[in-house]
Amino acid sequence: MSDDHDDSPIAARVRELEAVLEEKGLLDARELDRVLEAFTAKASPANGFRVVARAWTDEDFKARLLENANEALPELGLSMGGGLQVQRLHVVENTEDVHNVIVCTLCSCYPLSLLGPSPTWYKSPAYRSRVVSHPREVLEQFGLTLPESTEIRVWDANAESRYMVLPRRPEGTEHLGEEELAARVTRNGLIGTAAV
Amino acid sequence: MSERYHAGDRVRTSAVDPDHHTRLPHYVRGCVGTVVGDDGVHPLADLRAQGVERPQQVYLVRFTARELFGHGDHSVTLSLWEGYLSDE
Repeated sequence: MSDDHDDSPIAARVRELEAVLEEKGLLDARELDRVLEAFTAKASPANGFRVVARAWTDEDFKARLLENANEALPELGLSMGGGLQVQRLHVVENTEDVHNVIVCTLCSCYPLSLLGPSPTWYKSPAYRSRVVSHPREVLEQFGLTLPESTEIRVWDANAESRYMVLPRRPEGTEHLGEEELAARVTRNGLIGTAAV
Repeated sequence: MSERYHAGDRVRTSAVDPDHHTRLPHYVRGCVGTVVGDDGVHPLADLRAQGVERPQQVYLVRFTARELFGHGDHSVTLSLWEGYLSDE
């Protein structure tokens, strides 16, 4: 398993590579900054919160989202593009019987455009190795104790696809509108390390 | 592109530990799982890292924790290129 991406040797290598590409006239540094800034400015967990709130209030949208998330996202003005390629998104639904949790065991793949920058623990070797083998214990460390009868499904974003969890709608929120519901959703709820 | 496997099929992952980049994680090598879906056609990561673009079918494959780790009652689902898989 590869280690943390934030260590300085890899950052230094990226800087050197960037410099070589600039020197050869293959890359314009200002253009790179502009693309990165445009992408990260739009990447926010608020996007994921809106998707969840819409799914909680519109059964037809929820069905479309679970069937083909990439086709459903544009209904909210969102997409999985913006990076180097359009990534396929799978939205996995928590129910009374099933709880989903997401990891990338090989590196730190994450649906950045919908969830914003990933938390440090998501990239840690401890989370990445432990949640696939002992998810119930890891979730308990996050303060989430699931009934023994709940089936846990771990999704390893090891290749081209990205995942987002559709949490269960909290009880007693029948009177709330989409905006108020969106405010109830949390980033960890979208990863599956918390309930909402 | 024709799909070799379909939902419900049982497949075995390659046990080979290659000396090049791969997206077949170590913990899932040489294990038997069930195809649960189609994950599109993408260039095989192993070859792409070597500069060769060879698109191949990718499948969502689910494994029981017992198969992977010998304990646990959960499941783990991954995206696996066809070349990583063989009939059970």
